[in-house]
Amino acid sequence: MTAPKAERRFAGRPAAPGFGLGPAVRLESGPVDAVGEAASPEEERGRFDAALAASAEQLSLLSDDADVLGAEILEFQLALIEDDELIDPVCEAIADGATAAAAWRARLDEEIADYRAAEDDYMAARASDLSDLRDRVLANMNGGIEAADLPDGAVIVAEDLTPSTFLSLDWKRLSGAVLLAGSSTSHAAILARSRGVPMVVDLGDADIDEGDLLAVDAATGAVIAAPTPGTLADFNARRTADEELNARAAERMARPARTGDGVPIRVLVNVNEITEIDRLSPQICDGVGLTRTEFLFSEGAPSEQRQYEVYRRLVAWAEGRPVAIRTLDAGGDKPLPGITVDGESNPFLGVRGVRLSLKHREVFVSQLRALARAASLGPLKVMVPMVSVPEELTTVRQLLREAVAALHAEGVTAREPALGMMVEVPAAALTAEDFAADFYSIGSNDLIQYTMAVARDAAGLGHLTAGDNPAVMELIRRTVAAGRARGVEVSLCGDMASKPEHVAPLLAAGLTTFSVAPTAVGRIKLAISEARAPGREARAG
Amino acid sequence: MSEAWQTGSAVIRDATGLHARPAVKLTKLAKRFEARVEIRREAGETWINAKSPSAVMKLKAPHLARLEIRASGDDAPAAVAALRDLIDRDFDDSTEG
Repeated sequence: MTAPKAERRFAGRPAAPGFGLGPAVRLESGPVDAVGEAASPEEERGRFDAALAASAEQLSLLSDDADVLGAEILEFQLALIEDDELIDPVCEAIADGATAAAAWRARLDEEIADYRAAEDDYMAARASDLSDLRDRVLANMNGGIEAADLPDGAVIVAEDLTPSTFLSLDWKRLSGAVLLAGSSTSHAAILARSRGVPMVVDLGDADIDEGDLLAVDAATGAVIAAPTPGTLADFNARRTADEELNARAAERMARPARTGDGVPIRVLVNVNEITEIDRLSPQICDGVGLTRTEFLFSEGAPSEQRQYEVYRRLVAWAEGRPVAIRTLDAGGDKPLPGITVDGESNPFLGVRGVRLSLKHREVFVSQLRALARAASLGPLKVMVPMVSVPEELTTVRQLLREAVAALHAEGVTAREPALGMMVEVPAAALTAEDFAADFYSIGSNDLIQYTMAVARDAAGLGHLTAGDNPAVMELIRRTVAAGRARGVEVSLCGDMASKPEHVAPLLAAGLTTFSVAPTAVGRIKLAISEARAPGREARAG
Repeated sequence: MSEAWQTGSAVIRDATGLHARPAVKLTKLAKRFEARVEIRREAGETWINAKSPSAVMKLKAPHLARLEIRASGDDAPAAVAALRDLIDRDFDDSTEG
């Protein structure tokens, strides 16, 4: 026994908000095949059937949380569990004396090899789905994790968590999760957010021992092992303050936003994936200020009809509130196989956003057609990312009009939606008035990056990417002024809008429309109610 | 084995061909019938089991490929008609349900 270690602090990245306190329990990840002799064929068969049933149940649960394409993959995996051509040979091998694990692995590996031999990207991606299914079933054969082994209130510490492991844990009894690797966009992080499990990821090689008391602050990503009584008191105070703030924010959530001096402010939400609206009430917002559409393209270009269905769902969900949908914003840090340009020396200054759309017109026109069709159902607005010069917007408007005309010629119902632009390039912010935009939406993340010449993830340069930099605020002010001069709406949809500390300066810059993460609506409305809108008189509407 | 095959064919309209979602829909539909149901690409030689999602995926039937369908069993005519209709309707391409 060595003496207990002193307090240690680690900085990770927040993946699912909240506070957790409890003993660390380390989970080893990855499926381990049960080794040793086969039990009787009957027992092995029972083990196989039970693992398939458990896998099917997990996949169904997962598809409840997945986006459209994620659900498609999960549904494919579910169908494979009932595929006689996969299952029958395994049952035969088991009857001949093989272990369930060995027989399953052999059959799946054979199938995966077939898929890989096709040498095509789509089949290679499906081969990964098969490997994932193989591992899920193997993990379930090992009985997963015995819940009884975990102390109440434990904080799970793991390299990473697969969705199946996440779902096999009883989070009601646990305090949170700390992942040494992991990512805030992983399935496990999405599940953690939807189930309210505090999670911090990307902690690196943290020196955490089994049984260490861990204080997890998933609001900031701070994790403290073996906190001193003083640290613990601070942590508990922050946690209490956070809970109180949440309670006050929750009260505000469903009420229209007004500043402390009575100026009405519009609060819109950002939608990253269509499934987010399933758990979101439209009552808490004044519409959708940004719908990202990259999720639709994660496996190549979707059909016009599939896009239309998604846009239609959004418009129906919003119940008459405006919905702004951004056309595909790929390139930069978001490469898409088969669409973006590979090997650019500097993708952030290369072919991305509208530049890419105008290069890939067939993909772009199919999206414009789907948008124009959905626009006939309600107040849908289209916004174009990365616009730098007025001609780009003019060209897009031309394409949009042609798309509407073509649809009408085909006898399809469609309407030309309002067409706006993202203001992310300093050139656009400086000359915003020269663009024939029906509305402006400031993309502060990229605007900061391009104004300050600092990549968003550049290590050690955080002090240069603060949103309240005077140069950035000046560009925001100019854009707001241009919108006012042209009589069109200006909103801000970057991360800045979701941070309460930026509310007062943005109101001071004249901004009256914020587009925020759904989870930030209450807090931002609260911050608005505590701020003033200098130089604006309170007025109705 | 008395093999009285009922046959039919239909053209894949989906721009991305017979990918995962349509493949799953097709196999689910085929499973509703007692009959043996098989498909192949027009140029293909081997018939494959239309009730196996993995086998259907491996066909890699592209956009505009003509799929041949055959079925044998009591409800074979209905099975062929149902699969042909599904492909003709472009698999009811929809993100819901």
